[in-house]
Amino acid sequence: MPELAVENRVFDPAETMPREDLRALQLQRLRQTVSRAAGVPFYKRAFAEAGVSAESIRGLGDLRRLPLTTKADLREGYPLEFLAVPREQVARYHGSSGTTGKPTFVAYTAEDLDTWAALCARFLVAGGLRPEHTVQIAFGYGLFTGGFGLHYGVERVGAAVLPAAAGNTPRQIMLLQDMGADALVCTPSYALNIAEACERQGVAPASLNLKYGHFGGEPWTEDMRRQIESRLEILAFNNYGLSEVIGPGVSGECGARSGMHIQEDHFLVECLDPDTLEPVAPGEGGELVFTTLTKQALPMIRYRTRDIARLDEAPCPCGRTGVRMSRVVGRTDDMLIVRGVNVFPSQIEEALLRVEGTAPHYLIEVDRPGVMDEVTVQVEVRPEDFSDKMSQMQALRDRIDREIHSVAGIRAAVKLVEHGTLERFIGKAKRVVDHRREKGLL
Amino acid sequence: MKIHQLSLFLENQPGHLSKACRVLADAEVNLLTMSVADTQQFGILRLIVKEWEKARDVLQKAGFVVKVTEVVALEAEDHPGGLADMLDAIEADGINIEYMYAFTFRFGDKAVLVFRFDDPDTAVAALQARGLGVISSVELYSRSE
Repeated sequence: MPELAVENRVFDPAETMPREDLRALQLQRLRQTVSRAAGVPFYKRAFAEAGVSAESIRGLGDLRRLPLTTKADLREGYPLEFLAVPREQVARYHGSSGTTGKPTFVAYTAEDLDTWAALCARFLVAGGLRPEHTVQIAFGYGLFTGGFGLHYGVERVGAAVLPAAAGNTPRQIMLLQDMGADALVCTPSYALNIAEACERQGVAPASLNLKYGHFGGEPWTEDMRRQIESRLEILAFNNYGLSEVIGPGVSGECGARSGMHIQEDHFLVECLDPDTLEPVAPGEGGELVFTTLTKQALPMIRYRTRDIARLDEAPCPCGRTGVRMSRVVGRTDDMLIVRGVNVFPSQIEEALLRVEGTAPHYLIEVDRPGVMDEVTVQVEVRPEDFSDKMSQMQALRDRIDREIHSVAGIRAAVKLVEHGTLERFIGKAKRVVDHRREKGLL
Repeated sequence: MKIHQLSLFLENQPGHLSKACRVLADAEVNLLTMSVADTQQFGILRLIVKEWEKARDVLQKAGFVVKVTEVVALEAEDHPGGLADMLDAIEADGINIEYMYAFTFRFGDKAVLVFRFDDPDTAVAALQARGLGVISSVELYSRSE
């Protein structure tokens, strides 16, 4: 059993509820969720087709009779078809990036926001946060759930928030120096970026008051954790969430730091084979599927996350009873997470199609040469795109560059390559080469 | 009065220029002149050859993206100010030069330059009206023999 890295403090006794009681609570809440979701046209239809209703849920085993929900279903319900309460009851909206350039909106009632803050507070406290601490939040504040989710979680703990928001690294370092935050919240790659900038500026980690980091929003590795911890001289904790389920707070690490406790009193988790949709054997990797148990504005039934991870039901030395999920080790689709932004190859394709005359032959390469992700898009030049004028070729490249930024929300280095040089595929084309995976960074 | 120019898209990487030249060499095509416009990533190779159709076909067969454009060959006095006077005349007519480069050989006692204009026909007419020496492809190719 691993030793605990921080003093074990539990924010909410519900975290250590005996599993038997937890199951009873889950069943009761599942029935409520199904009854709430029946007001959503998509679920009303799907429940009717599957012949299920709140009353027909007799045990947790009945979960598998419920329909699955995919990102595509949410997109079809754009913007708010999945809303289960009248709009006047909504207290806040967030959104996540999608393949079409339009976000998928999610909504929260005041009670949902209250739950969300408490769930974030749980993993923050498990990771060492105390009411006397100050937390510098270097996540984006906006439609993205990271900034606001953690912000209210920190407040719920009773600690002080320094809402630095994302970017402007020299300013982040200045704030760390002058305001003396105890904990840093951001993506793990941005934490490394800050560490590197500190080294460049000759800022010794020991001169900072920083002791903890709570990182999420993108997949990372144990190697990155070691790097962050040694370079910033902090303890780094992993947390997980996705806006469709609630945002950060779905699961988070305790002091044992061997898996993230899923907050099972609020979310039912399944780990399924993405092809057969049958549960995988215990401890095997599979696609995580979540059902929300308490959300009012946007209940989610069996949401397919596309994230591949393992579940560990072994008891944890911290006493929390929630099953632990491993780091996300892969995706079932080819979605990329680049600097915390979800990017789908289909977005790149759409951007290329928008540029008149751009060939559909392209290859996306992602790498992390230093601490930040870099994306290169190779695009073949077709005869009809080619001009002997340099100005036109550069204009072509600039147009592709702008469209990719507009559709996918990332800056990519566009590289025009000779016609016929990219590999041709029979059947499903391989459009993505992720060098981060080869390097073991994901 | 126009000359056919071949343009090739090349990635800025070792071996790409030489491959194009090798294809032409194997087809026994002689280069009259050439220029390369380059960026860090890619380049555009522009070629003047006598057997431009044959050159185009072998290059395309070898997988290159080839574009044929019409350019204008002009002779300039080969002394200081020769080019400046010619450019003044071109500018006076409001004709925009996309790019230009020179031939390696002299045409009698004149230097020969290749000009790429947006509208070569209008340019040729205006240049001839000003008495500038536009060289036909026939003259150009015969000089190269």
